[in-house]
Amino acid sequence: MKLYFIALLSLNLILFSCSGSDDSGPQAILGCTDSNAVNYNSNATESDGSCYYPTGYTLEVPQIFDLILPPHIPTDNQLSVEGIALGRKLFYDPILSGDGTQACADCHLAENSFTDPRQFSIGIDGSIGTRNAMPLFNVAWNLDEKFFWDGRAISLEDQAFGPVVNPIEMNNTWPNAVASLQANAQYPNLFQEAFGTSTIDSTLVAKAISQFERTLVSANSRFDKFSIGTGTLTPSEENGLAIFMDEERGDCFHCHGNPNSPLWTDNDFHNNGLDSIITDIGLGEFTGDPNDNGKFKSPSLRNLAFSAPYMHDGRFETIDDVINHYSEGLNDSPTIDPLMKTVANGGVHLTDSDKADLKAFLLSLSDESFINNPDYQDPN
Amino acid sequence: MKKIVFLLAISFAFISCNSDDDSTPVNVDLVLNFTQNWDDTNVRSSDIDNTVYTNEMGHELKIARLRYLVSNISLTHSDGTVYNVSDYNLIDLSDSSSLTYDTGMQIPAGAYTVSFVHGFNEADNIDAEYTDLNTAGWNWPKMLGGGYHFMQFDGMYDVNTATSMPFNYHNGTARVSPGVFEQNFANIAPQNTINISATSVVEIQMNISEWFKNPYTWDLDVYNTPLMPNYDAQKLMQDNVATVYSVTTNLIP
Repeated sequence: MKLYFIALLSLNLILFSCSGSDDSGPQAILGCTDSNAVNYNSNATESDGSCYYPTGYTLEVPQIFDLILPPHIPTDNQLSVEGIALGRKLFYDPILSGDGTQACADCHLAENSFTDPRQFSIGIDGSIGTRNAMPLFNVAWNLDEKFFWDGRAISLEDQAFGPVVNPIEMNNTWPNAVASLQANAQYPNLFQEAFGTSTIDSTLVAKAISQFERTLVSANSRFDKFSIGTGTLTPSEENGLAIFMDEERGDCFHCHGNPNSPLWTDNDFHNNGLDSIITDIGLGEFTGDPNDNGKFKSPSLRNLAFSAPYMHDGRFETIDDVINHYSEGLNDSPTIDPLMKTVANGGVHLTDSDKADLKAFLLSLSDESFINNPDYQDPN
Repeated sequence: MKKIVFLLAISFAFISCNSDDDSTPVNVDLVLNFTQNWDDTNVRSSDIDNTVYTNEMGHELKIARLRYLVSNISLTHSDGTVYNVSDYNLIDLSDSSSLTYDTGMQIPAGAYTVSFVHGFNEADNIDAEYTDLNTAGWNWPKMLGGGYHFMQFDGMYDVNTATSMPFNYHNGTARVSPGVFEQNFANIAPQNTINISATSVVEIQMNISEWFKNPYTWDLDVYNTPLMPNYDAQKLMQDNVATVYSVTTNLIP
């Protein structure tokens, strides 16, 4: 028993002496310790009173989107009035590009539903891309958060990093882009207002641009008005919807949504029979799975009136070309989606009348008020 | 010595308490696993587009996509108590998060039978009602009765030939004629009793091969695609579903 007590005492002494030596150990890390603040520092152990709270902004959910799950706003990039304004300014400012000549908006034009009317965008050095720029709207409802035609970006913020440093696009480096912003007369203050720091970095740039992009909401097409009971469709448009929803004719709905799933995309990846020999492998390049070769993201069918050309490589100039592809132009390949059910016959062979009605319906999903929304235009 | 006597007394007290506890059932966490197999072989997401299966008719096929909905899962204890554990689950072979469902419930350990609905019954199959299913594009066209798919099983068959063909084994409400619809769900109530303990999870198994047999030996050359508007195909699916599901328990991995 005595030995036991002695051992305990010794242990206490050791522990106390260890505690004593901690006094000269790691210093407290000062910073913002409130996770609700925009400049929250998860490494900080002691608050320094620096926590900053910009003006909160709530993304308005259109009535038609009550049918689906709420938008995804990352907890570490909540929307703010100042953040959105900064993102909008950055989106339209060529300062991010290598030679200061090209902004995001040069290849994502508001009047074109934020895509590029050219088949391939042209970078600052004259390099020509290989895919059509994706349109930008309703991205906050892309709950899988896979972006680009091949899904290689795993968040909107991740996506925003890409084009700035892509050699065939804006061809800049992030240190150079950040230095340009830091040296600018306005940006340090704008970052201060948005993020509580005037020290700019690429993460904050991507966050601001993503905030602006999440406000790009399109839900006011003629079809939306029809769906919520404030508008009507023509008989041709109504018949077009029936073709769209008919598994024996259009069968478009398995990949492109339906009136109860009004994003008009499944945000998933499919091989839709464009080529018998696949050269651009799409999703397969990202996943490394040959079964994914030739799969590309289903684009939303909203705003087709403004977003030609179509497909990942912009090969089709008109909606008629797209409909003809599914009707007569399907090509078989090892990864063809089984939903391309009539591939053996080249397609479903719609009548000319059905094609015209299907096109009329598709155009009813276009939203003039979206492309003309003053909140989305160039603020500079 | 006094301490020893005291400890002994405490021990007796605990032992007697334990004796009392024999009449009080132990509550256990209820977790459901949804698994898929082709007869005796487990089917996993890695089998998608890769593994060749041969159905009863002899067609060789590959699975490209398998999603299905089960609803109103309930467990009935041997004492007659019924536990309703889930309104509905959308299961996607490619999405591991959908294959396990922690009910968040605790139920007494013991013997149970399990029942559920393949798809939605008519009361629950309400068009546009469920935002998560709408987001998943799980809707069944209004022209076919509306509501939701019960299953979407896509693949290619005759994959051993130069001309493999798609099939879209999609199941939902049956359309008798334009504007006339017939329910097509199935009440699933396996007769076997399962014993649920603290170390077990409930496993709801789908034997995919059974979609092609018992009682109807499915001929993909006759019924491949489109099947959604095909009344006969829809009712044959309803016939075949009876032997598709089974229920067991497994040890917690």
